[in-house]
Amino acid sequence: MIALSGVTIHQGAFSLCDVSFDVAEGQYAVLMGRTGSGKTTLLEAICGLRRVAQGSIRLMGRDVTRLRPAARGVGYVPQDGGMFSRLTVREHLGFALAIRRWPRHAIQRRVDELAERLGLEHLLDRRPYGLSGGEVQRVALGRALAMRPGVLLLDEPLSALDEDTRAEMHDLLRAVQHETRVTVLHVTHNRSEACRLADLVLELRDGQVQPSGTPPGRCANAEPPCGDSFARKVRYHEG
Amino acid sequence: MSPEAHSPRPAQAPAPDLGPQLGARDSRLFDALFVGRLATVLGVYLALIAGLLVALGSFTSPSDLARATQSEEIRYAFWLSLETCTLATILSLWIAVPSGYLLSRFQVPRPRRRWSWRDGGSWLAYFLQNLLDALLDIPIVLPPLVIGLALLILFQTSLGKAVERVHPVTFDVPAVILAQFTVACAFAVRTMRVTFDQISPRSEQVALTLGCSRRQAFWLVVFPEARRGLVTAATLSWARSLGEFGPILVFAGATRMRTEVLPTTVFLELSVGNIEAAAAVSLIMVAAALAVLLLTRAFGLRGTGLI
Repeated sequence: MIALSGVTIHQGAFSLCDVSFDVAEGQYAVLMGRTGSGKTTLLEAICGLRRVAQGSIRLMGRDVTRLRPAARGVGYVPQDGGMFSRLTVREHLGFALAIRRWPRHAIQRRVDELAERLGLEHLLDRRPYGLSGGEVQRVALGRALAMRPGVLLLDEPLSALDEDTRAEMHDLLRAVQHETRVTVLHVTHNRSEACRLADLVLELRDGQVQPSGTPPGRCANAEPPCGDSFARKVRYHEG
Repeated sequence: MSPEAHSPRPAQAPAPDLGPQLGARDSRLFDALFVGRLATVLGVYLALIAGLLVALGSFTSPSDLARATQSEEIRYAFWLSLETCTLATILSLWIAVPSGYLLSRFQVPRPRRRWSWRDGGSWLAYFLQNLLDALLDIPIVLPPLVIGLALLILFQTSLGKAVERVHPVTFDVPAVILAQFTVACAFAVRTMRVTFDQISPRSEQVALTLGCSRRQAFWLVVFPEARRGLVTAATLSWARSLGEFGPILVFAGATRMRTEVLPTTVFLELSVGNIEAAAAVSLIMVAAALAVLLLTRAFGLRGTGLI
C-alpha cells in the first residue's frame, strides 16, 4: 500500500502542501493532473528522490519518509525510461539483482522469466540505443519489477508511444499487475489511460490530491465519464 | 452556350491572397550558398593551420630532422615530454572526474526572491558557488609565467620546503609535471563538468531506486556514460601539457638532460639562432601530438558509435 499523510514538498518557488491519499495493497491507482501540477514531484518524493519537508510516506505498512531510495523497495519507471546507455537489456533486467548480490544462475533465471513475460527475449543482448519507445518502456518495467517490489511507480510511461503500442502496453500493465499483485501508482494526464487501467483515479489539482470523478453516492446514476468500465473501476478514497 | 457555363467549377473561385510566396528553387540555392559560406569560413582557418605546417616544413630539411632525432638531448626531451604529459593527464583526470561530477550535481540555484536577510543563507551559498567557479578558471586566465612564478614562490614557503625535503620538486622533473598539471587540470575539470551536465540525472535516480548507493550509481551508470567526455578531457589535458612552456621555464628551469621538454628545446635552439633545428623539433612535436590524439580517439571512443 501507499499512504501519504500531510506531505509538504518545497521545490524552488513551487510547493505541494499537506497532500494526503491512500492506495490499498494490490490496487492500480492512476494519479492525474495538468502539466506542472506536481505529479512527478510527488512521485519522486515517494521514490525518495526529493526531500519531504513535512508529513509521512508509508509504503507496505512501513514508514519510509526518511529512508534513502535504495531502502524503500519501490520499482520506478520514469517517463523517458531512464535507460543505462552502456548496459545491455539483459544487464538492465538483472541490475537490481546484481546489486543485491544474487547468485548468477538465480539472476539468469529471473531475467529469462521477465524477458519471456515482457516479450524481450530477442532483445536481451541489445543496448538501449535503437530500441523503440515501447521496447524501452518494457525494459524499464522489467528492470523495475526484477526484485519484486511491493510498490510500482510509473511516471507517464506511455506518453511517447503510438496508439497501438499504447493499447498493448495497457494490456501488459494490467496483466502484470494482476499477476504480481504489486501496488501501482501511475501518473498520467491521459484520461482514457486512466479509464482503462485504474482501480482508483486520483486527481492532483491546486496542490491537493482528490478522488476524481463524481462523488460515490451519485456514481450509479451519473453518466459514466468513459463508459461502464469506468464506473466499475473508479472507487473512492475512504481513508 | 457551352455546357461548362451552366456548371461553373469551384476551382474558379478567386484564390485568397496569401501574400508573396516562397520560391522552392530560390530557397535551395540559398541553402547551398549558406553551407558554402560556412565551408569558406572553416577553409580560411584550415588554410592558416596548413600554412603554419608548410612554413615549418620549408624551414627544415630531412637531414635536419635526422640530426634532431639522433641528438641525445632532443631524444631525452622527447621522452620526458611524453612521460610528463601522460602523468599530468592522469593526475588531471583523477581530479577532474570527481570535481566535475560534484560541480555538476550539487549546484546551488539562484534564489528566486530578491536579497533579504531572511534569504541570506541561500544568497551566500549562491555567491560562494560563483566564487568557486571563478577560482577554478584562474589557471586558465592567468598568464602562464605568473603560474610558474606562483608555483616557485609556493615551494619557498614552509609547506613547500617540507615537500622538498621528501622529494626535490623545484628545477626537477616533478616541477615539470606539476606545472603542466596545474593548467591542464583546469581544462579537464571544465570538460568533465559539462560532460556530467549533459548526462541526465534520471538514469542515476533510477539506479538509486534499484538499490544502488550513490557511489554504485556513479560507477555503474554515470561514469560509463561519461566516456566520450573523458576522452575529450584526456586529449585536451594532454595537448595542453605538451604545449606548456612558460610555467615550466620559471618553475622547472631549462636544464638540458634534466628538465628539458620539447617546447624548452625549441626555445633553447631558437635562443642560439639554430632555427632549422627549432623547426625540426617543432615538426616532431606536431607528429607526436597528432599520433597520440588520433590513437586516443580511436581507442577511447571504440564501441561508442562515434568513430
